[in-house]
Amino acid sequence: MSRILAVLKKEFLQMKRDRLTLGMIFMLPLVQLLLFGFAIQTEVKHIPTVVFDQSLTWSSRDMLDAFSASGYFDVTCAAKSYEEVTEMIDSGKVKAGIIFPPDFEEKIKRGDTAPLQVLVDASDSMVSSSAIATANSIGLLKSQKIIAQKANIQNMPYDIRVRPWYNPDGITAYYMVPAILGIIVTMTMVMMTSMAIVRERERGTLEQLIVTPVRPFELMIGKIIPYIALGYLQITVALLVGAIIFKVPVRGSLLELYLLTLFFITASLGLGILISNIAKNQMQAFQMSFFVLLPSILLSGFMFPREAMPVIIQYIGNLIPLTYYLTIIRGIVLKGIGFGYLLPQVTSLLIFSVLLLALSIAKFKKKIA
Amino acid sequence: MEYVVTTRELTRKFGSFTAVNNLSISIRSGEIFGFLGPNGSGKSTTIRMLCGILEPTSGEGSVLGYDISREPEKIKQKIGYMSQKFSLYDDLTVQENLEFYAGLYSIPYSQRKKRIEEMLRMAYLTGRENMLAAHLSGGWKQRLALGCAIISRPSILFLDEPTSGISPTSRRMFFKIIQELAAGGTTIMVTTHFMDEAERCRNIAFISNGTLIANDTPDSLKNNVIKGCLVELEVTGAMEKISHIEKLPWVKECSIHGPLLHVLLESEAHIPELERHTGGKSKKITPSLEDVFVSLARQNRRQVS
Ligand SMILES: Nc1ncnc2c1ncn2[C@@H]1O[C@H](COP(=O)(O)OP(=O)(O)OP(=O)(O)O)[C@@H](O)[C@H]1O
Ligand SMILES: [Mg+2]
Repeated sequence: MSRILAVLKKEFLQMKRDRLTLGMIFMLPLVQLLLFGFAIQTEVKHIPTVVFDQSLTWSSRDMLDAFSASGYFDVTCAAKSYEEVTEMIDSGKVKAGIIFPPDFEEKIKRGDTAPLQVLVDASDSMVSSSAIATANSIGLLKSQKIIAQKANIQNMPYDIRVRPWYNPDGITAYYMVPAILGIIVTMTMVMMTSMAIVRERERGTLEQLIVTPVRPFELMIGKIIPYIALGYLQITVALLVGAIIFKVPVRGSLLELYLLTLFFITASLGLGILISNIAKNQMQAFQMSFFVLLPSILLSGFMFPREAMPVIIQYIGNLIPLTYYLTIIRGIVLKGIGFGYLLPQVTSLLIFSVLLLALSIAKFKKKIA
Repeated sequence: MEYVVTTRELTRKFGSFTAVNNLSISIRSGEIFGFLGPNGSGKSTTIRMLCGILEPTSGEGSVLGYDISREPEKIKQKIGYMSQKFSLYDDLTVQENLEFYAGLYSIPYSQRKKRIEEMLRMAYLTGRENMLAAHLSGGWKQRLALGCAIISRPSILFLDEPTSGISPTSRRMFFKIIQELAAGGTTIMVTTHFMDEAERCRNIAFISNGTLIANDTPDSLKNNVIKGCLVELEVTGAMEKISHIEKLPWVKECSIHGPLLHVLLESEAHIPELERHTGGKSKKITPSLEDVFVSLARQNRRQVS
C-alpha cells in the first residue's frame, strides 16, 4: 500500500509539473468539440444566383420569390441569355443559375409540367448538393400548392418546409457531442499512459525502480490512478462545453454517467499501459497508440453507423472499448436511459479493463532488456 | 570472515558476445570491494546480475544468501543500488525523490521524516530540499542518488561508477561518505576508474573482457603483480620513444604517465643502460595500482591475441 501511494504521489507531482500536457488535456476537448460541432452545424446558405427569366410573368416571379425565401439562394443578378448564365457560373461570379422558359406560365396554367432549369456549379460539392436538394424541395412545394389551388383547397393539408439536404439523418452537434467526448477521452488516456513506462525506460529511471521491492501491480495501479482523475476532469470540461455551447443537455442521470464512464476510462488506460509495456521506445508507443485509435474512430460507430458495416467489421468493432461506450454515453445523454439497459456494455468494458491490466502486469518484468 | 556476495562461474552473453565470462568473486561483509576494468569489460553487467535485474546466462551467484536467478526479489528488499547513469526524477525535488524511495521501501511513516533528514545530512543536501533534481550539479545529484539508494539502510550497496563525471572535490566528498558507511558496517561494491579510490578499497577485482584477471588487496597487487624493476624515465619526446624503448631486449613494458615514461626492466642493473640508450634520467619507483592495471591489461591482451 505504501508503495502504491508512493508511485501515485510521484505521478501526480510529475503530472502537475508537466504544464504542456496539462494544457493539452483541457484544450483538447475544447478545441475538438468546437471544431467538430461547428463543422457539422455549418449550413450552406446564401448561394449567389443568377436568373434568366424568359417568361417575365407573375408565375415566374412567384417561383423566384420562393427560391429567395428559402434562404439558400441569393438572386444577385439577371442574365439576358443562356450563354451569359453559363459564363457567369464558369467564371465563379455565381454558383447557381435559374432559367425560366418563355412558356412557363402557360404550361402551369394548362397543368403541364413546367420545365424550370436550375444550373449548379458542381465543383463545390457541398454547395451543389445543397442547391439541388433545395431546388427540388421548392419545386415540390410549389407544385403541391398549385395542385391544391386547382382543387380549391383553401388550407394546405400539410406544410412542407425546405430543409438542408445533407445531414439527412439529423446528425447534429447534439448527436455528435457525446461521441466526440468518448473519442477525446480514449485518445488522451491511451496516448498518455502509453508513455508511462517507456518514458521511464528511456530516461533510465526504470533501472533504479526495478531494483526496489516495488511489485508490477503496484507500479501499474499507481501509474493509472492519476489518469482516472484526469479523465474525469476532461469529461467534465467536455460536458460543460456541450451543455453551454451546443445546448446538449444530459437527459439521464449524471451520476450514472460518471459511474459508468469509470469502466471506459480504465479500459482505455489498460490499453495504454499495455502498449507502454510492449513498446521499446516512446516513438514506438506513439505509433502503436495511433494504430489502435484509428480503428476506434472508424469502426466504433462514431463516424459511420455500425449497422451499415459488413458483419466481419462489426465483429472487429466489438473489440473496441469505444464501441460500447458510445452506446452508453449516447444512451444516457440523449435518450436518458439508465444502467439497466446498459449492462452488457458495462460488463464488456469491465472485462476489457481487467484483461488489459492483467496482461500489462504479467508483461512487466523487473529485468533489464 | 563471512562472505555476503559470492559468484561461481557467472556468465552473461548478449547473443554470441560474452560480456561476463566465468566470473568467480567473493565479497566479505563490511568491506569496500573495488571492481575495476577498462570500458566495456563487463562491470555494469556483473553488478546488474547481482542486483537481480539481469538474468545470468550460466553460472550462479548469491547475495546475502539469496540466489540471484531464483530469488531476485528477496535480494531487492535488502540492497541499495546506484546505476551508472543518473536515474532519479529530474522533475521532482530533492525531498520528493527521497520521499518516493522511502515509500517504495515501505519505511514506516513514523520514521520517514527522521530518515529523510538523516539522508539529507549525510549527503550534504540540507537546505536544498525543495530544489528540483534537474537543477542540481553533478556531485549533488550523485549524493542525492546515494541518499535514495541507502534510505532503506541496506546492508549491501552496489555503486556503479558513482564518481564519474563529477568534480574532484565532489569525488573526494563522495568517497568519504562511502568510507563512513563502510565503517558503519555496510558492505560496498563499487566500480571506479580512479586509482586513488581503488587504493582505499579493502579488496580489488580487476576484469578485462569479462574475465577476472586479478583479485587481491591493493598492497599485494602492487607487490606481487609486477615482476622486475619499475623505473620512471624523464626524457624529451617521450611519445615517439615508446616504441623504440619497448624493443630493447631487457625492457618488459613501457607506458606513458603524464610527461614521464614508466619502464619495466628485467632488473635494476639495466638502469644505466636505459639512460644511455635514451639520454634521459631515470629512477626506481614502487609500482602504483595504475602500473599494476596497465600491466595486467597488457598481459591479458597478449594472451587473447
Ligand atoms: N543489453 C545489452 N545488449 C547487448 N550488449 C550489451 C548489453 N549490455 C552491455 N552490453 C555489452 O557488454 C559489454 C560490457 O558492458 P558493461 O556495461 O558491463 O561494461 P562496463 O565494464 O560497465 O563498461 P563502462 O566502464 O563503460 O561502464 C559491452 O561491450 C557492452 O556493449
Ligand atoms: Mg559500466
